[in-house]
Amino acid sequence: MLPALEMKGISKSFPGVKALDGVSFSAATGEVVGLIGENGAGKSTLLKILNGVYKPDAGSIAIDGRNVEIRSARDAFNKGIAMVFQEQSVISSLTIAENIFLGREEEFLRFGLISKARMNEAAAQELEKVRLKIHPGTLAADLTFSDRQMVEIAKALSLDSRIKRDVTILLDEPTSVLEKKEVAMLFDIVRELKQRASIVFISHRLDEVLEICDRIYIMRDGRVVHETPAANADVHTLHQQMVGRQLQHEYYREEKQAQPSPTIALKVDKLSKAGVFHDVSFDLHEGEVLGIAGVIGSGREALARCLAGYEKVDGGTLHMGGDVVRLATAHDAVGRGIGFVPSERKVEGLITPFTVAENMTLACLSKFTSGGIISGAKESTIAKDWIAKLGIKTPSTKTMVVSLSGGNQQKVVLAKWRIAGVKILILDHPTRGIDVGAKEDVYSLVREMTAQGLAVILLGDTLDEVIGLSSRILVMKDGVVNASFNAPAGGKPAQLEIIQHMM
Amino acid sequence: MALAVRTSKAGFAKWRAWAPLAVLAGLCILVSLFNSNFLTVSNSLRLLNTAAIPLVLSMGATFIILMGSIDLSVEGVIAVTAVTVSLLVANDLTGYDYGLWAVPVAIIAGGLLGLLNGVLHVRLKTPSFMTTLGVGFAGVGIATAMLGGQTVRISDQTFRALSLGRVGGVPMAIWIALAAVIVAYVIQERTRIGRWVYAIGTDETTARQAGIPIERTRILIFSLAGLFYGLGGVLSAAQFGQGHALISQGRLFTTVTAVVVGGTSLSGGVGSVLNSVVGVLIVVVLANGMVLMGVEPYIQQGVQGLLIIVAVALSLDRSRLDVVK
Repeated sequence: MLPALEMKGISKSFPGVKALDGVSFSAATGEVVGLIGENGAGKSTLLKILNGVYKPDAGSIAIDGRNVEIRSARDAFNKGIAMVFQEQSVISSLTIAENIFLGREEEFLRFGLISKARMNEAAAQELEKVRLKIHPGTLAADLTFSDRQMVEIAKALSLDSRIKRDVTILLDEPTSVLEKKEVAMLFDIVRELKQRASIVFISHRLDEVLEICDRIYIMRDGRVVHETPAANADVHTLHQQMVGRQLQHEYYREEKQAQPSPTIALKVDKLSKAGVFHDVSFDLHEGEVLGIAGVIGSGREALARCLAGYEKVDGGTLHMGGDVVRLATAHDAVGRGIGFVPSERKVEGLITPFTVAENMTLACLSKFTSGGIISGAKESTIAKDWIAKLGIKTPSTKTMVVSLSGGNQQKVVLAKWRIAGVKILILDHPTRGIDVGAKEDVYSLVREMTAQGLAVILLGDTLDEVIGLSSRILVMKDGVVNASFNAPAGGKPAQLEIIQHMM
Repeated sequence: MALAVRTSKAGFAKWRAWAPLAVLAGLCILVSLFNSNFLTVSNSLRLLNTAAIPLVLSMGATFIILMGSIDLSVEGVIAVTAVTVSLLVANDLTGYDYGLWAVPVAIIAGGLLGLLNGVLHVRLKTPSFMTTLGVGFAGVGIATAMLGGQTVRISDQTFRALSLGRVGGVPMAIWIALAAVIVAYVIQERTRIGRWVYAIGTDETTARQAGIPIERTRILIFSLAGLFYGLGGVLSAAQFGQGHALISQGRLFTTVTAVVVGGTSLSGGVGSVLNSVVGVLIVVVLANGMVLMGVEPYIQQGVQGLLIIVAVALSLDRSRLDVVK
């Protein structure tokens, strides 16, 4: 049988980079194909070609054995390729139904007017596929993050009932915002769907890739370096093939975990924010990684944002070095030596139209300024220094930070705070959406910083990460600290122990 | 209910959605406490009659602002269309007497100026702020040139009845404004372009990914706004019985104020044409109320200026707003 989708010898270059180099790839109806690789390996470029954003320089794309050209996202959709984007693309001012059929309202038109009733009815059918029991007339602004993700998936699935041929659905990191239960449900949907569709699944979570995929492509440096049936693969080998080098035995660099100093960097006393969290107290020691575990709604995100001065608290006090401090704004927090690495990197972590160097020096520009003038030379010297130290892959200090891969962008954010000389660093999902190699770099960096006496508050992307990286773990549930665990190197608590207090 | 269209049901957004209506109600109560004439049928009709032209104008402007753009060409477009229609109906300057046929011609002229706004904005990628400011300015110039600085008097009474005639005891202008609101509401709620306006205003990148023709939508919306302004120009000429370049003075401020006071966000994606109806009524009631209360004219203007600033300040969800440009 012909594969539903086949790409042959696809190459694509951008100025200075060969993003794809002779990539061949196929997906047949009835299979889930995994696509893994570090950031910068070429996955996104491949997807963008399939979605009509880029045109390949060489190679061919065939659908059901016929060569095609994909001109736009719309064109891809009409040819039976739907994509669930990594960055959420639900429009908050539109209802669920309006989002699902955005740009494809024709089928509901009568005399130029949209029939809302028919559209809602059709949307309800799509929502059923993702088991979302919410009225399709609900405004997207009123949905939770994970429900929005489900709407996005429903949008892609709507193709299934509208195109005659078997469809191809591309899922780009669909699970990164989902809770475990929702991931399981998504996988059920995928298994059901693959009877009539070919599915391409892209994820950084290798265990998920192994669980759901039938076949896995491993990409590195713009090439497919391996292709293997999932049954013959395991996390360890996939990992190695992705990074192309031997992994260190200890993923989280546990052997380098610093012994926290008795000095308290930040004392949090009965901190409260109405309706979000209350009476949170803990001491943060120098050299410590304090992990905070909790599900969505536990209040840990808000707590982190309050400590960074991004949100205001309603009660309680913070003490630093004997002083009571108020962190009303991020400026206050930075002034006190608290840096924040937000989960929304592109929105809050980086100034996207700035260069690498400009982003790095942003938090302490006065160090590079004399008489009101910024010294470009000083700026570039320190930027070069940190690019080398953190192994940031960038053509130069003057490269726009947007053109870097996610992992390298995150390193720029970290470099910014190191240059600013912060004492406390709050990491909110520091490894969300970045690849394994970059994750390891981030972990090494955390170890190195704590060894120098920095205190870190970590909201990990996975529980595994929280356990592996932290020296102490607070578990939050419904806005209160429910439990606390010591997690010294070699004596880490088990996941199950912690989960018990989260749920 | 009316204003609940497309507003989130969560916390602040919900409160904000109803605030304009509460302000309007409060204002009405306040004014009627000072002057018992306020709530009479005749004063209400006078009020609505004053509101008619701003209503028509604000319908067009709402779509533009929902899209995250701004249109400052209102006065120029009104000037051109009012002069055009005045010269085409029976008047004291030209020999033409096309009667009501002049109306669609003038409205289409408005649409063409809107089209020009849209095409310049999209093709030259100039900010709508600058493009429409230029086109509006040029519009006033064109209107002045058409008349050589003079005023044209309209003698066509059928045409003037568009504003002054009464149906069921209610001035025709109010009926026309009502029709404009209904048309705008249907476009907003039941057409693709109406939906795309929200999509573009909220998140243009996503809208593009969904295959929405962004450029075409923008051009169409600017043209649509031009049609509404054209109708506004026609009503102005009919109301005053004359056409001249300065007939539209002050309309831009009222229009933008009304849209914003009604709760449509200048950043796009949030609001509705119904919000603008409330916004227009707030502005008109306030002006009328100040007259009834005997407030000095120059103070009235100051109060209106303050109103728009307060409205913008209140309309922003500060909990989510970190950056002010």
